[in-house]
Amino acid sequence: MEKIIKVQNVSFAYSREEGSEPVKAIDGISFEIEAGSFTAIIGKNGSGKSTLAKNLNGLLLPTEGDILVADYNTKDDAHIWDVRQTAGMVFQNPDNQLVSAIVEDDVAFGPENLGVDPQEIRQRVDQALEAVNMGQFKNKAPHLLSGGQKQRIAIAGVVAMKPRCIIFDEPTAMLDPKGRKEIMAIIDELHREGITVVLITHFMEEAVRADRVMIMHEGKILLDGTPAEVFSQGALIKSVNLDVPPIVELADELRAVGISVPDEIITEEEMVAYVCQYE
Amino acid sequence: MIRDITLGQFYPGNSWVHKLDPRVKIIATLLFLIELFIVNDFLGFAIAAVVLGVIIAVSKVPLSFIVRGLKPILILLLFTFALNIFMINGEVLWSWGFLHITREGIRTAIFMAVRLILLIIGSSMLTLCTRPLSLTDGIERLLSPFKKIGLPAHEIAMMMTIALRFIPTLLDETDKIMKAQQARGADFESGSVIRRAKSLIPILVPLFVSAFRIAQDLAMAMEARCYRGGEHRTRMHEMKLKGRDYAAIVMQAVFLAIIIIEANFAPW
Amino acid sequence: MSIRVEHLTHIYDKGLPTEQIALEDINFAVEDGELLGVIGHTGSGKSTLLQHLNGLLKPDAGRVIVGDVDITALGVSMVEIRKRIGLVFQYPEYQLFEETVAKDVAFGPKNLGLSDSEIEERVREAIELVGLDYEEIRERSPFELSGGQKRRVAIAGVVAMRPEVLILDEPTAGLDPKAHHDVLDMVQEVHRRTGNIIILVSHNMADIARVSDKIIVIDSGHLVTTGTPREVFSQKELLRGVGLDLPPITEFTETLREKGMELPSTILDTREAALAIAKALREKRTKG
Repeated sequence: MEKIIKVQNVSFAYSREEGSEPVKAIDGISFEIEAGSFTAIIGKNGSGKSTLAKNLNGLLLPTEGDILVADYNTKDDAHIWDVRQTAGMVFQNPDNQLVSAIVEDDVAFGPENLGVDPQEIRQRVDQALEAVNMGQFKNKAPHLLSGGQKQRIAIAGVVAMKPRCIIFDEPTAMLDPKGRKEIMAIIDELHREGITVVLITHFMEEAVRADRVMIMHEGKILLDGTPAEVFSQGALIKSVNLDVPPIVELADELRAVGISVPDEIITEEEMVAYVCQYE
Repeated sequence: MIRDITLGQFYPGNSWVHKLDPRVKIIATLLFLIELFIVNDFLGFAIAAVVLGVIIAVSKVPLSFIVRGLKPILILLLFTFALNIFMINGEVLWSWGFLHITREGIRTAIFMAVRLILLIIGSSMLTLCTRPLSLTDGIERLLSPFKKIGLPAHEIAMMMTIALRFIPTLLDETDKIMKAQQARGADFESGSVIRRAKSLIPILVPLFVSAFRIAQDLAMAMEARCYRGGEHRTRMHEMKLKGRDYAAIVMQAVFLAIIIIEANFAPW
Repeated sequence: MSIRVEHLTHIYDKGLPTEQIALEDINFAVEDGELLGVIGHTGSGKSTLLQHLNGLLKPDAGRVIVGDVDITALGVSMVEIRKRIGLVFQYPEYQLFEETVAKDVAFGPKNLGLSDSEIEERVREAIELVGLDYEEIRERSPFELSGGQKRRVAIAGVVAMRPEVLILDEPTAGLDPKAHHDVLDMVQEVHRRTGNIIILVSHNMADIARVSDKIIVIDSGHLVTTGTPREVFSQKELLRGVGLDLPPITEFTETLREKGMELPSTILDTREAALAIAKALREKRTKG
């Protein structure tokens, strides 16, 4: 399977004032992301996950090591726009991503930057807005929309650039539960359509939907595996100040009172099935 | 409350006026404003008003919307009116103490008021019928010839687009900050001018910090969407002069001619 | 000291075509020392309600009585209200502006006209109360702190006014898991230490279930129900109908009950759920 993103021995240090040691936000990590997969990266604030996200599309460049996106090196100036067109990015603050005072003009911004033909831009904009269910808002002003709606417009703006991969940097952190559900549904849909998804989040219930979960801690990858493999390590996860999904919490409590719930049970459906078949 | 700013807002529509090339509309508006100052009698204003009326009718923007745009300047209007009525010398029609109203005063007051109203409505029509991005694109295109002498036309237009987009956001932000500081006992109303100026610091500092944060986030988002300046950018809304644009240009020329003739040669 | 809200009604843009009823005939009471949870979907009117409680907005009808003062009556001074009721908005760290943490926290007490020594004492107390180290943090710039720390400094800024009622609008919004826990623990600690009324608005049902003595549910400007957490979260049809979820653990145990499992209704915490499920499973085993 094609590896669309390759991270090779990457470290990143933010430069500080004169004389003090640079702080390594990312410390020697390597991994590869398969095309079409859904990867969740979790970690608390300061773990390096946001820094990593910005390195993946070349907004930041690694101080050591290389990152290859569809075989383009992010350090290669001549191809940086190919990198960003291949790997689009949606940010945390819905408001601060929207450039234009009218929704459809904002969605057109990306394709316009790519020099796409005007007729085709029109098509892409309409399709992208349909894909996020915001078609009827195309002539509205963004500041009148809810957080979830604005975030959907931001996603449409990236989708219109036809990227192969979308990196979501804590897209639901500032939304209410309804907004969060809307966005996760769209992310699931995009994944189903074949787009590689990299989701940076600290909501466990979002991470369980991924094919693969990576936990970052102090710039390193602490755990890397399927959701079942990762979330079964409850003690380790809690020791780095992260939560486990509510069902994993329940599984721990059940084990403490003598019901040996298997490690693989991490979602509600699985737990319901297990409990109902318990003998 | 703050959202009510109709002046400068876009009213979506599909009318002939909406569809005109933004460059044609910008130049038409500038000409209209100049013409309002060429006019020197009420007949001239009547002609201008009729033309404006036709444009409004064709644009299908509701009159109530347009009239709302006059609200902010109502005070200015009344002030100008009063100033002119009482200050101009001439044939006195009515007096009370040292205040006198003259015939010339009334005439001038109405004249100035009508001009102001037509000015505001005329410029409102531009922003009501042209989407903000088209407006800034139009300005960019009109300024492009000056790129040769170093004028950053695209950058100016982009700055205007972003400013228009974020004005409501920053106003909301100001509102929130004010409320938060008021909840901590801040008082922006009482005290000397100096005291009131100082009381703005708890609003201005967080506002600036917010604005910087917005700017940083936006810059990243723009780069992530492959923004790299104005070269090779295409536009979804193309700007090509069509038949109706040429028709509009001819009509503008005719109107300009009529106004000039009326102002200089009509018997009045 | 208690709070009584009687027939509170607020209409935006009264008389204009954009007229909108934000709140209609809201009635509830908060008893001395209670922690009241307020839940409702975005746009339900929660924020408008909060702003009435600290005098930022005046109602079109009805009144708000705090202790023995009707704060909605004419002539009540804002200073009086601010002394009694502290309101922390969403993302309060956006209001930080001073050069040092100590100066920022001192802003509120200064506006109350207190003496310098009194202000310093209150600042120290407030910073300690929100779980930060006074000596370590007082001279630092608020802008160089972490998100969770900034949030706590902003809350300290309101706590320093020693209000008799503390209102917090989504104090855990946008925080990572650790900061979220810390702030919630801090709210409980403040409640425990001061014994004052705390009003907490949140979208996180698990948090609300855990810390509230009483809950009110707002939907489209109306108060739909009120009661203890167990009472409110037992009304799942009602809550679903107004677009609200149950706490995740409650959702789960209700799903099990729907599938026929014998469990008590409306379980609100994980340990309780585990015990109840284990018990039911063992009984099933002995029966089967």
